[in-house]
Amino acid sequence: MSGGAQLGARLRDGDLTAAPAVLNLVETGGPAAREEAAALLREVSPGALGGEARAHVVGVTGPPGAGKSTLLGELVRTWRAGGRSVAVLAVDPSSKRSGGALLGDRARIPFDPDDGRVFIRSTAAAGRLGGLAPATRAAAHALAAAFDVVVVETVGVGQSETEVAEVADTVAVIVQPGSGDVLQFLKAGIMEIPDVLVVTKADLGDVALRARRDLNAALRSLGENDVAVVAVSSIAPASGIDELVAALDAHRERLDVTARRLAARRASALADFAAEHGERGLRALGGRRAALRALDDADPGADVPALVDALQSRAEAR
Amino acid sequence: MEHRLPEPDRPWMMRTYAGHSTAKKSNELYRSNLGKGQTGLSIAFDLPTQTGYDPDHELARGEVGKVGVPVAHKGDMHALLDGIPLDEMNTSMTINATAAWMLALYIVVAEENGLDPAALQGTTQNDIIKEFLARGTYAFPPGPSMRLIADMVAYTVEGVPRWNPINICSYHLQEAGATPVQEIAYAMANAIAVLDAVRERVPQELMGRVFGRISFFVNAGVRFVEEHAKLRAMAVLWEELGRERYDVRDDKHLLFRYGVQVNSLGLTESQPENNVQRIVLEALAVTLGRNARARAIQLPAWNEALGLPRPWDQQWSLRIQQVLAYETDLLEYPDLFEGSKVMDGLVAELLEGARAEMAIVEEHGGAVGAVDYMKGSLVDSHRARIRRIEAGEQVIVGVNRYTETEPSPLVEGADGGILTVDPAGEAQQREAVERWRASRDQEAVDRALAALREVAAGDGNIMEATIAAARAGATTGEWSGALREAFGEFRAPTGVGEAAAGPADSEALEALREEVDRVSEALGRRLKILVGKPGLDGHSNGAEQIAVRARDIGMDVVYEGIRLTPSQIAASALQEGVHVVGLSILSGSHRELIPTVVQTLRDRGVDAPVVVGGIIPEADVEPLRAAGVAAVYTPKDFDLTRIMRDIVALVAARNGVGASA
Repeated sequence: MSGGAQLGARLRDGDLTAAPAVLNLVETGGPAAREEAAALLREVSPGALGGEARAHVVGVTGPPGAGKSTLLGELVRTWRAGGRSVAVLAVDPSSKRSGGALLGDRARIPFDPDDGRVFIRSTAAAGRLGGLAPATRAAAHALAAAFDVVVVETVGVGQSETEVAEVADTVAVIVQPGSGDVLQFLKAGIMEIPDVLVVTKADLGDVALRARRDLNAALRSLGENDVAVVAVSSIAPASGIDELVAALDAHRERLDVTARRLAARRASALADFAAEHGERGLRALGGRRAALRALDDADPGADVPALVDALQSRAEAR
Repeated sequence: MEHRLPEPDRPWMMRTYAGHSTAKKSNELYRSNLGKGQTGLSIAFDLPTQTGYDPDHELARGEVGKVGVPVAHKGDMHALLDGIPLDEMNTSMTINATAAWMLALYIVVAEENGLDPAALQGTTQNDIIKEFLARGTYAFPPGPSMRLIADMVAYTVEGVPRWNPINICSYHLQEAGATPVQEIAYAMANAIAVLDAVRERVPQELMGRVFGRISFFVNAGVRFVEEHAKLRAMAVLWEELGRERYDVRDDKHLLFRYGVQVNSLGLTESQPENNVQRIVLEALAVTLGRNARARAIQLPAWNEALGLPRPWDQQWSLRIQQVLAYETDLLEYPDLFEGSKVMDGLVAELLEGARAEMAIVEEHGGAVGAVDYMKGSLVDSHRARIRRIEAGEQVIVGVNRYTETEPSPLVEGADGGILTVDPAGEAQQREAVERWRASRDQEAVDRALAALREVAAGDGNIMEATIAAARAGATTGEWSGALREAFGEFRAPTGVGEAAAGPADSEALEALREEVDRVSEALGRRLKILVGKPGLDGHSNGAEQIAVRARDIGMDVVYEGIRLTPSQIAASALQEGVHVVGLSILSGSHRELIPTVVQTLRDRGVDAPVVVGGIIPEADVEPLRAAGVAAVYTPKDFDLTRIMRDIVALVAARNGVGASA
C-alpha cells in the first residue's frame, strides 16, 4: 500500500493522529505527491467509505476583524465539551510581495495541547486565483472521514462565502455590528445567502441587537426565512455559542448532505481542472456548463481526483 | 532670571530595580542597598507573581525567583519588607496585572505592623495598556483590566492618599522600538484612557487630586538632547490635557511628574563596559534641565545584555547617580535650556508629531481600541531601527563599528560577570507555598475568595474584597484565579499581523527570497517556521522581528505570541508541519525550559531542528547544544538577515536539499 493510501486507511479507521501527515501530503506539490494524494482521497471517497463522510463540514467566513478566530475558539471549546472531535483549517491571507505569510489565527483558538481530538492547521492562501486552494479542499474532504466536525475558515466578504461553499455543508458568515457592507452586499445580491449569519460582539448591547434586527429584515425582504441569525459574544462570560451550535446542527439536519457533497465535489473537480488547464482547458470541454453536465453522469461515489481524471480524458477525447 | 538658585535643589529619589530568589534574600539586598545611600525601594517581582501564578503552577516552571522576587502571599510580603520602616519608605512596585493584589498585601503588612495605610508612600506601576503593547505581563482582558486600575485609583485617592496608583509607562514602548513621537503620543493616549475610566468611578471634585497622583515612568535613550526635549514636550501636553479635558485648575496637580529607568535596548553585549558611558549620558537626559527633571531615577547595570546584574553591578549604577547629584554642580542652577532656540525647536517638532499621532489613536477609539494599531506601529518602528543598524546607518560602537577589542577583564571571573540564581530555590518556593496553604484558616480564605468573585462579577470596587483576601492569607494564584474566572483569559495581539510588508529594496533580502523559493520548491511546499516564546517572559520584540523578517523573505510563519507551555509549542509544531522551530527567551529560564521543549517535540515525533535566541550567557550555549539545539543567537547577533540565511541553510541541510549552484 502506498503512503497516501495508508494515510487514507488510517483516516477511515478514525485515526486522528494521521491529520498532520495528511496535511503535509496534500500541501506538497509535484507529480509524485499528487499521485499519493489521489491515492489518499480514493481511500476516503464515498465509494470506499460506503457513503458520505461522517463529519459536519462547516465553513466560517467574514470580513477581517469581525472576531472569527475568537469565536472559533469558543466553538471548538463547546464542540469538545459535547464530545465531538474537531479539525480546523484556517486559511490566512498572505503577503503577496514575498510569498510568505504570517499565520496568526491559531493564537486566538485556545486548545488543550494534550487533547488529541483537536487539530488546527493554518494555511496561506498564496497564489490562488479565486476559490480555495486545492490543498484546503482536499484536506477538508479527507479529514471529514475521521473527524466529527471540520471547519474551513477564510477571510473576506462577497466572494469568500462562495469559496467555502465549495466544500462546506453549512456556511456561516460572521459580521460585527456596524458593518453595513454585509447588509448592502446581501441586498444587492453581491454575496450568496449564507446558511447561518452570526453577529459578534453581542456584549455591545443595543448596537448588536440592531445589527441583528437589520439583517433579519434584509433576509425577510429577500424571502429568506430559513437563515438563522445568531448574536454571540466571545468575551467572558461568552454568550450565544450554544445557540450557534444548535443553529449549525439544525441546518445540517435539514440538509440533503448527499446532494450537497456531490455538488461540492463536482465544483471542486472543475476548479482543480481549471487551475491545472486554465480557460483553454475549459473550452476544450465545451465550456463550464458542459463540463458540469458531463460530471453529472460520473459515479456519485467518485472522489475529486477521479472526477478530474474523467474531465481530462473527456477533454483529450474531444 | 537669576542664574543661580538661592539653595541647591534636593536630589531626586535614587532607586535600584531589584529582587530575586526569595523574599528573604531580596530583603537582605534592599537593606544593603539602603545602607549604601539608596533613598527609595524599587521592587522587581518574578514573572509568576507578575502574571498571577503561584510558584507551583505549570507555567511558573523555570521562572520562580528569576527576574525578581516571588511574592505568593502576605507572609512573603512580611519577609520582603522586614525591618524597613514603611511609614518612611517610598516604594515603587513594578507590578501591573496583579497590582491591586500587591498593593493589598502591602497595606495588610503595614496594618499588621501597626501602621496607618494613609501614611504609605509609593507607586504601583499598574499600566496595563503597555503590557498589551510591549511587556506582556497582562492577565485579564482590556476591559476588566481598566476597571481594576480605575478601582485602585478611586480607592487610593481617599484610602492611601500619598500613593501613586498608576505610573503611565512609556519606558517599555521605547524598549519595543518606539520613536520619541510615538513614546509621547502613546503615553498620553494611555493616560487619557485611564483618566476617562476613572472619571466614571470618582466624583468630579476629586478629579484634580486624581490627576495630580498620576505619574509617568519614562525611558531615556542615548540621543540625550532630543530625549530631554521629549520630556519637556510631555510636560506641555500633560498640563494641556489636565486643563482642557479634565478641568483641573490647581497648578500643583498639573505638574508632570515622572520616574525613569534609562534605556536597556541600546545596551550591548559586546564591549559591555561601553554601557557605563551610555548610562551616564542617558541619566543626563533626565536631569540636565530643571523644568523637566525626574523625581526618581533607577539606572540599569552595565551587564544587563549579558544576564542578571550582581549586587556590585547595581552598586556601580547607584554610584553614578550619587556622583551626578552630589559631586557635580547640576543641582545649583535654574533650568539650563530656558530660551534655547534648539530646545524650543525640538520641543515644538515633537509636540506637532505627537499631536498628529494622538489624533490617529483617537480615531481608533482611544488607547484601548487602538492597541492593535499601536502594536503594529511599534513593530514597524523597531524593524526600521534594526534595518538602520544592519545597514550601518545607526552607529553602535562595538557592534557595527569599532568592533576590534581587547578582552574585557569585567567578564573574566568564574561567574562570567553576571548573577546566577540557584535553581534549587524554585523547589523550595513550591514547597513553601504548599506549607502556607496547609497552615492557614482555609474556611476564612474560601469565604474571602467567594466574596471577591461576587464583587468581580458585579460592579463594586474590587479593593476592599482584595484586601480582605490578602488578610485571610489567600495566595497570588488564588486571587488571580478568582478574577480569571470572572473576567476570562486573554491573549494580546501579536502585532506581527498588522506590521506592513517589508521593503523590497535590499539586495540581500531579494537573494534570500530566491533561496527560500528554491528550498521551498525542493521541499515540495513552502518553508514553514514556528516562532515560539516558552515560559512567562513577555518581551516579545525579538520574536516579533524574527517572525516579520521570516515572512518578508517568503516563509510561512506560525507565531502564537507569548506564554506558551512546552506541550503547546510541540502540539503546534506537529499540527502545522513546520520545517524549523525558533524559540525566543529573555527571562533567564532557558536552561530549564529549552531542553524540555526540545524533548517534548521529539516525544511527539517532531524532528524539525530547533534554534534559540535571547539573553543567553556564553556558558549556557554548550549545554543547550548538547540538549539538541541546532543554533543559539544572543544580542550580539544583530544581523537578522544573517540569522535568516543560517536558518534557511539549516532546513536545507536537514532535508537533504543541496546548496544552490
